[in-house]
Amino acid sequence: MLSVVSLTKRFQGLVAVDHASLAVPAGSITGLIGPNGAGKTTLFGMISGFLTPSEGRVLFEGQDVTAEAPHLRARRGIARTFQIVQPFAGLTVAENIAVGAYLRHPKRADAVAKAREVGTRVGLGDQLDKPASDLTVAGRKRLEVARALATEPRLLLLDEVLAGLNPSEIRDILPVVRSIRDGGVTILMIEHIMQAVMTLCEEVFVLAQGRMIASGPPRQVCADLQVIEAYLGKGAAARMKAEEAVDA
Amino acid sequence: MNARDLLPLILVLSVLAALPFLGLSGSVLNFLVTTLIIALAGLGWNVLGGFGGQYSFGHAAFFGTGAYATAILQMKLGWNAWGALGAGIGLGALVGLAIGYLSFRAGLRGSYFALVTLAFAEVFRILANAADFTGGAAGLLLPLRPGLATLQFADRKLFYLLVLAFVGVALLISRWLERSRFGAHLIAVRENEEAARALGVDALAVKLRAIALSAAITGAAGGLYVQSFLYLDAGVAYGTWISVEALLAPIVGGIGTAFGPLVGALALQGLGEITKHLAGGVPGVDLVVFGACLIAVIAFAPRGLLGLRRRPRKARAVPVGA
Repeated sequence: MLSVVSLTKRFQGLVAVDHASLAVPAGSITGLIGPNGAGKTTLFGMISGFLTPSEGRVLFEGQDVTAEAPHLRARRGIARTFQIVQPFAGLTVAENIAVGAYLRHPKRADAVAKAREVGTRVGLGDQLDKPASDLTVAGRKRLEVARALATEPRLLLLDEVLAGLNPSEIRDILPVVRSIRDGGVTILMIEHIMQAVMTLCEEVFVLAQGRMIASGPPRQVCADLQVIEAYLGKGAAARMKAEEAVDA
Repeated sequence: MNARDLLPLILVLSVLAALPFLGLSGSVLNFLVTTLIIALAGLGWNVLGGFGGQYSFGHAAFFGTGAYATAILQMKLGWNAWGALGAGIGLGALVGLAIGYLSFRAGLRGSYFALVTLAFAEVFRILANAADFTGGAAGLLLPLRPGLATLQFADRKLFYLLVLAFVGVALLISRWLERSRFGAHLIAVRENEEAARALGVDALAVKLRAIALSAAITGAAGGLYVQSFLYLDAGVAYGTWISVEALLAPIVGGIGTAFGPLVGALALQGLGEITKHLAGGVPGVDLVVFGACLIAVIAFAPRGLLGLRRRPRKARAVPVGA
């Protein structure tokens, strides 16, 4: 459904993303993990159109969308959430979601009905008429998801929707993510919480220092020596092996 | 929009329409006409500044264009006043589009946008002051010819009602903004442009449509102004005074609300008139009062006079099926 081919982003001298490629099959939940500063959000920015790649291509359903503006990609069916939540502070929760719903429902009544339905689906049902600025962090994360979902996307890009949530809030939101996929939306998610990645994702890509260093099913990726070193530092994998040998 | 959305609008317009028949003196009626014209300019500003969050300091550019077009087309080309006024509105919108295209394409926001609009209005003022076809510094004097085709009425009440009709249309447009997809997109761009774009909103197109609509309404105010006073020069048409009046009315009345500009214009002009009477001949004393009002509003009622009604603002329930 989505394929990213050798995407590169340079900010002056700094190479934030270096010839990274990934593919997201239709109907999957695919994860994108990597240490802080690996370039995950930059990669998301290029997939959603907020950043122009220095090199490489982004293909959505076989069509080259590399140079397309964000709002045109949204119309095609790519929706994203922001890592730093971006609510329309002056509007109510329902009005926030309705902005997304207006994309496919030009009539106000339809858009508002759709917004309330989506809001309820992500668990904001009893807060729809509150100002968005009154929501807790967990509520704002849900609002990000609801707004993106209201555009009725075929591909949903989730940028750390679980970050900053406590374990019980994470437990509550995991089924929401899975139900979105079961509703026919393909998901690509950036996530740090490994427990979530393990339970949700079928396939994981690992980005470190701008390069894609590994990909595969989550369990296999977690055992990958390069991945362990990327997270824990050089020599960490060897040390862990040695410790395991001692324990055994 | 349903009947319930329109009820307050109809009520307010009916009250205002009844006013001139209460035996008001000519000077009070003149005051009301001027106030409504300023309210109209403010309603135009509010489309872009209130709903769209793009603060213009140069709405004089649109007001003046509407005014000059209305006057010049009649005087030099012998157009009918209605046609000239219509053309003035259209030209105002075009000037708005041009200024919007140049500044929004360049990504100007906030105070940068405000400064650029201010500069555009000043350029227009200087050009109009120098050019021949605008009458230069001497200005233009529209010949007095009462009649329906010249939009000049012996009975001041009729002109008042005409201006009120324009205000009614502008209020209707504002109400529509509160209830439509375009309005929702405009407000979304105001609140967070990035997030709006991610949701499929073409931010540039939305801002361009808003500035064109905003400029058209303010252009109409300019055209009506020249029809009312039958005189125009560069300082009146493109002067800072109208840029300031157009933004003060909505800010004082209630920014981003349909009725804010009308309430603000009535309050400010009323207050200015009262001070002028009390302070006698001290020139500019009404401006001092304006300044004081602005400071007071920003300090104590950032949502404007209308915002005082329901404070703290409870979340408005969005009625399903509205």
